[in-house]
Amino acid sequence: MAEFTLPANSRISGGKRHKDPSNGRLRSVKVYRWDPDSGENPRLDIYEVDMDACGPMVLDVLIRIKNNIDSTLTFRRSCREGICGSCAMNINGINTLACTQSAVEIDGDISIYPLPHMSVIKDLVPDLNNFYAQYASIKPWLQSDSPAPDRERLQSEQDRSKLDGLYECILCACCSTSCPSYWWNSDKYLGPAALLQANRWIADSRDDATGERLDELDDAFKLYRCHTIMNCTNACPKGLNPAKAIADIKKTIISRK
Amino acid sequence: MNLRNPLARAKGLGASGEGSHHWWVQRVTAIALVPLSLWFVFSIINHIGNSHEEVTIWIAQPSVALLLIIYLGFMFYHAQLGIQVVIEDYVHSELVKVVSLLLVKGIILVAGLASILSVLRLAL
Repeated sequence: MAEFTLPANSRISGGKRHKDPSNGRLRSVKVYRWDPDSGENPRLDIYEVDMDACGPMVLDVLIRIKNNIDSTLTFRRSCREGICGSCAMNINGINTLACTQSAVEIDGDISIYPLPHMSVIKDLVPDLNNFYAQYASIKPWLQSDSPAPDRERLQSEQDRSKLDGLYECILCACCSTSCPSYWWNSDKYLGPAALLQANRWIADSRDDATGERLDELDDAFKLYRCHTIMNCTNACPKGLNPAKAIADIKKTIISRK
Repeated sequence: MNLRNPLARAKGLGASGEGSHHWWVQRVTAIALVPLSLWFVFSIINHIGNSHEEVTIWIAQPSVALLLIIYLGFMFYHAQLGIQVVIEDYVHSELVKVVSLLLVKGIILVAGLASILSVLRLAL
């Protein structure tokens, strides 16, 4: 059966309290901590962060913690402007990018966990191997039967506009890890991110493998575990609509019957 | 420890090519059940307080019997499709999954045929 309770070694215990060395406006930030080498259960550490010495975003808070309070905190980050998708995490119950989520606009304490229902490598770093493999499995590249031209493959403005809302996906995994269907069946269900990317190539007028792409998705698990729960669309920090992209794939498959 | 390449695991056994049919008939039966269920519920409400004889005479009318059989068929089929999804979602032991799927399909088939037979007995 699907597991609705955490296994014994995943139960979170209370953690340590760390205080910012500087004494400005302090704010409590709870952060999920797990060290694979310690053999201990995960814990929830509380950091008192000086918001006067720190930038406005949740990622700024995390960087402040790492630089000034506790250098053992581990998290992914790179571009700090919402284009790389590295700092996706669960902030106050919502999957989003730490770099584009304002800490100032959150009332009360801030709670930060890794993306839900993923194996944790350390602290806020989830194991995304399967997620990336699922992305690779939809063959996210242009497949054409015609020989490569000397210049770009042309596309009408109208055809190009069909990729709007699809090409912007940065593969941060916020949508897939917010999806209950993906939680229970991520071994077989591709999840909203990979399916939105699949539709990005199905909708591309320059791609000639549409039929094969649809064949590879026509499966009770790969595609049809989507029950239009819409958590993906709620979660997407880029404002995209993976649920609609999946619905479009289902409609395309029906249209060829 | 699984040494198999993550991409090989993600590809698994490939696509079965069967998901779309299930999805489509689930929607078609759902839409058909909207008017059929409304008709059924209002008809039953209409017959509150009526005698057994009055109700059986109503069911025996050819148009009513036909609508009832269509309603029962769609209803049981739709229920089976829905329960199948719930089992596939939550039951991960392959043996339990297969057994419960077969069991549910069998029970739905028997219950569906029994109710259609009851209508036919009154109508014919």
